[in-house]
Amino acid sequence: MTRKQRRLSLIGVSGLVLLAAVGLVLSAMRDSIVFFRSPTEIAQDRPAPGTRMRIGGLVKPGSLTRGDNLNIRFAVTDGKNDIAVRYQGIVPDLFREGQGVVAEGKLEADGGFVADSVLAKHDERYMPREVVDALKKSGHWQEGEVKNPGAAVR
Amino acid sequence: MIPELGHYALVLALALGLVQAVVPIVGAHTRDGALMRLANSTALMQFAFVALSFGALTVCYVTSDFSVATVFENSHSQMPLIYKITSVWGNHEGSMLLWVLILSLFGALVAAFGVNLPGTLKAYVLAIQSWIACAFYLFILLTSNPFLRLPQAPFEGRDLNPILQDVGLAVHPPLLYLGYVGFSIAFSFAVAALIEGRIDAAWARWVRPWTLAAWMCLTVGIAMGSYWAYYELGWGGFWFWDPVENASLMPWLAGTALLHSAVVMEKRNALKVWTILLAILTFSLSLIGTFLVRSGVLTSVHTFASDPTRGVFILAILVLFIGGSLTLFAWRAPLLKQGGLFAPVSREGALVLNNLFLTTACLTVFVGTLYPLALEAISGAKISVGAPFFNLTFAPLFIPLMFAMPFGPLLAWKRGDLPGVAQRLMAAFAVAVIGVAATFAAQGGSGVLAPFGIGLALFVMGGALTDLAERTGLLRVPLRTAAARAAGLPRSAWGTAVAHFGLALTLAGIVSVSTWASERIIALKPAQSVSLAGYELSFDGVVQRSGPNYRELAAKFTVRSGGVVIGTMEPSKRTFASRGMTTTEAALMTRGFSQLYLSLGDVEKDGSVAMRLYFKPLILLIWLGAVVMMLGGALSLSDRRLRVGAPKPAAKSALQPAE
Repeated sequence: MTRKQRRLSLIGVSGLVLLAAVGLVLSAMRDSIVFFRSPTEIAQDRPAPGTRMRIGGLVKPGSLTRGDNLNIRFAVTDGKNDIAVRYQGIVPDLFREGQGVVAEGKLEADGGFVADSVLAKHDERYMPREVVDALKKSGHWQEGEVKNPGAAVR
Repeated sequence: MIPELGHYALVLALALGLVQAVVPIVGAHTRDGALMRLANSTALMQFAFVALSFGALTVCYVTSDFSVATVFENSHSQMPLIYKITSVWGNHEGSMLLWVLILSLFGALVAAFGVNLPGTLKAYVLAIQSWIACAFYLFILLTSNPFLRLPQAPFEGRDLNPILQDVGLAVHPPLLYLGYVGFSIAFSFAVAALIEGRIDAAWARWVRPWTLAAWMCLTVGIAMGSYWAYYELGWGGFWFWDPVENASLMPWLAGTALLHSAVVMEKRNALKVWTILLAILTFSLSLIGTFLVRSGVLTSVHTFASDPTRGVFILAILVLFIGGSLTLFAWRAPLLKQGGLFAPVSREGALVLNNLFLTTACLTVFVGTLYPLALEAISGAKISVGAPFFNLTFAPLFIPLMFAMPFGPLLAWKRGDLPGVAQRLMAAFAVAVIGVAATFAAQGGSGVLAPFGIGLALFVMGGALTDLAERTGLLRVPLRTAAARAAGLPRSAWGTAVAHFGLALTLAGIVSVSTWASERIIALKPAQSVSLAGYELSFDGVVQRSGPNYRELAAKFTVRSGGVVIGTMEPSKRTFASRGMTTTEAALMTRGFSQLYLSLGDVEKDGSVAMRLYFKPLILLIWLGAVVMMLGGALSLSDRRLRVGAPKPAAKSALQPAE
């Protein structure tokens, strides 16, 4: 093989691997990304039931009820609209009424939301950025309410 | 007084840095030895002043000087001493100071140990290192000063985030930064080579030990971060594909590629341009990682506080260094002379394949990490890209890489004999096939991914052992001869085999945990018991305790296996009054390489306690593998060839400028 042929074969192989990677990325993008929506966005433009998504807002005060077998129900609110959420399992340490929360799961046909993971903040001084944005959009954000919007962790 | 001293020392470091960023370059241009040598002393002094500054901040924390704003925000007088020290970098300002401390440490190490570096190369390297340092000194002094005083000193601090009150904070960030920042040396060498317009095999020999050292620290740093998240966050996961984790994985992938391409350059004088580009990209990814974590564009446990000016400042640093170095690369790289020829099937070819897959895998992680940010900036839509995405993109690229891994070290340089190598790998392949069959049978014929993964791990392990056996002639020559050969084998050959073996261990752990982990979430009352994976845990009741700065609710469990008591587990919930915050402390019980994992949820109305119980088979292999990889790196680093450095340019031809 000449130098040129070697270089061409190298470029060819690299191109193939890159092409494969692009294909993988594009197909994975279609199937596995999850959109974040605020309760108001869902109320305005209701996605099809069964769509995986993340919702975020505050846990509505007075909405939290605990059932048997670690089942809990609560409402996520952005001040304008609420969404009823069902979840079975253990909630994070900082999950409380009136606090910011992000839940991931599916929307049901009845308009409720079944979460399979619930994330709260990891630090009482911070609030999930998604939640801050959702509250700002719905006009229920008070400047200075939380000192540093920043960290939310699973 | 002490905070002001620290602040002043940092300003002096900046002043020295500015001198070091300019004078050596002038010296290198005018061939003035004195000006070039100035960089040696300024690099050492810079480190001394940054260390002084860091020491001053540490004193503020240890003595709980709450008149300093960051101490007030992140410390508490009742904290144990170790957490007082670690909280120095448990916040944005202090962690940036640790960043520049390590940066200046590396600069000083080059000045001290780069004795036989050519004068001009060393001058350029130290000058560029100082450019980076100055940018970050300015960043700290202008946007993130850790020494700012409060007008009135409060009596008590607001405490460190309880999640960070763990030994993990003492280990993970420093190691990670040693890795991140260590790649700056490779970057400085690359830019210096571009400025000089020449590069040779000796260059790779100088760069490799630095890259190797940084890579070792990064490997263990990532692994320790993963273990910390595993036991601290109470979710039992070891990797979440969180953008912040990805930010550390990307430099690791690029750095691993760099390590391998530098070998080709050193041995065969080939892949020069590519190696330079990788060196630039690796540190660029470290900078991007710093930006992602420190600018507040991401939400994660690593985000401390977000201040828009900081993000913009780091972005400017990013654009300056990445843009500048890539422009320089585009301009100067064509000047570099082409290196040696090799056939596609050869050691070089295998290492090219390694680079190809590693960089492509790195690219998919890059896309998955930055796409949501880009999308939000453009369209405002918020998306999250999680584990499913990376399982579909990253894993398929890593599988062929792992499969090709045993072949590489067995192939000869220049022109390899693939059928011959395949023949020598037959034993490893047979072991792998037996492993696949045994795993398949053991799990009752359900699923092929796990048996395949285990088989792949066994193949890589077998390949690493085959490599050593082939080199020592084990089983072919008398044992004594083989032992003598093993002792005479270059340490770097041992390093390769050990590091590859380590990666296989990690893979085996990941496959095992992802496939065979079992989990129960249950609410228990005292005297009830739960069983999982052959272990029976009986709940003995709860106790209240108090620690130095928290109160703790601990649940006591007795663990039985086959009716025999094998120990107790005490998961707990800690409440930190100073922040009104609760953390979950999981209890772990190690059985061989597997672990039982128990974490508490809420106490229910009826007095029962919610809990998560996991059995994680072979999970310790994941982190053990990383430690083994690091040991492989250490063996390679101790190779005589690297220890003595490059040979002195005996003949003038050793450093021929490229035409």
